[in-house]
Amino acid sequence: MDTVSQLQRQFVEYTASLYREGYLDDQFTQLQKLQDESNPDFVVEVVSLFFEDSEKLLNNLTTALHQENIDYKQVDAHVHQFKGSSSSIGAQRVKDMCVVFRNYCDEKNLDGCVVCLQQAKNEYILVRNKLEALFNLEQQILQAGGSVPMMV
Amino acid sequence: MDSSSSSVAVAVAMNEVKEEERPHVLVVDDSLVDRKIMEKLFTNSACKVTTADSGKKALELLGQGEDKHTDINHQGPKINLVVTDYCMPGMTGYDLLKKVKESSDIKEIPVIVVSSENVPTRIKKCLEEGAQEFILKPLKQADVKKLRCHMQFTKPMKGRLCMGRYTMKRTSDNK
Repeated sequence: MDTVSQLQRQFVEYTASLYREGYLDDQFTQLQKLQDESNPDFVVEVVSLFFEDSEKLLNNLTTALHQENIDYKQVDAHVHQFKGSSSSIGAQRVKDMCVVFRNYCDEKNLDGCVVCLQQAKNEYILVRNKLEALFNLEQQILQAGGSVPMMV
Repeated sequence: MDSSSSSVAVAVAMNEVKEEERPHVLVVDDSLVDRKIMEKLFTNSACKVTTADSGKKALELLGQGEDKHTDINHQGPKINLVVTDYCMPGMTGYDLLKKVKESSDIKEIPVIVVSSENVPTRIKKCLEEGAQEFILKPLKQADVKKLRCHMQFTKPMKGRLCMGRYTMKRTSDNK
């Protein structure tokens, strides 16, 4: 019983910090609200799709920015996709980075784009690690026989 | 028809939406993440959902493609609502909207356009082309609840069947 409440408290505090520090926004809460008994792994499934999608997009962006003649429209299309999917799961800092990135694409500013790509990668890795830690905590709670607190 | 019997008919309809009578929504989006989220949003609102990753695929499912075998609109349950992303490679959501509204068989199907970008000229263009609504992404459960007003059920219903903030139209008006 003690372990469960400890883990639950950890979970609540960790989640609150993710929102406070801007890693996640309300859209992540919306996703959690969609989850129910008919689909108890919904959030993990969607976030996993996001991880796969993001890794592809980051590779495509790296390739696109290494071309001799850079097609900024193509780069922008990838960033637009990345912005969309990060927005859909509530990965706020990644989304915000994409907004800046698109501005550099509009200006055809290669240096700006290269810096943004690196920062977008960093933000993505950060949020991925944090979400994995969060899901890990959830698993620990469930395995200890407790239930995962609903964040209102 | 007096107002009491039309409200009874609606109350009965709202309680008895069986499996086969669930509205059938076609979700069109090139993003896998967004397709999965929208599918859940609509199934949570008691809809049946089919997804398509392109406008071309959507048209095939609506019976407008070259391959009639993928036509679920004639062989299977009718599609009551199309929800399409605006920005898609190849055929955009706007192109798809146009094709739906130009076709004699499917122009009655309401089309909702969704987009992550708030561009007034884009919104105007879609509404003028016949989109029922234009909604900003990411969609929330509350947005989807409102959309049920636009879905024509498989059984014809007298008057308008709306939930949420819309009021019911009474067929006894204007006599």
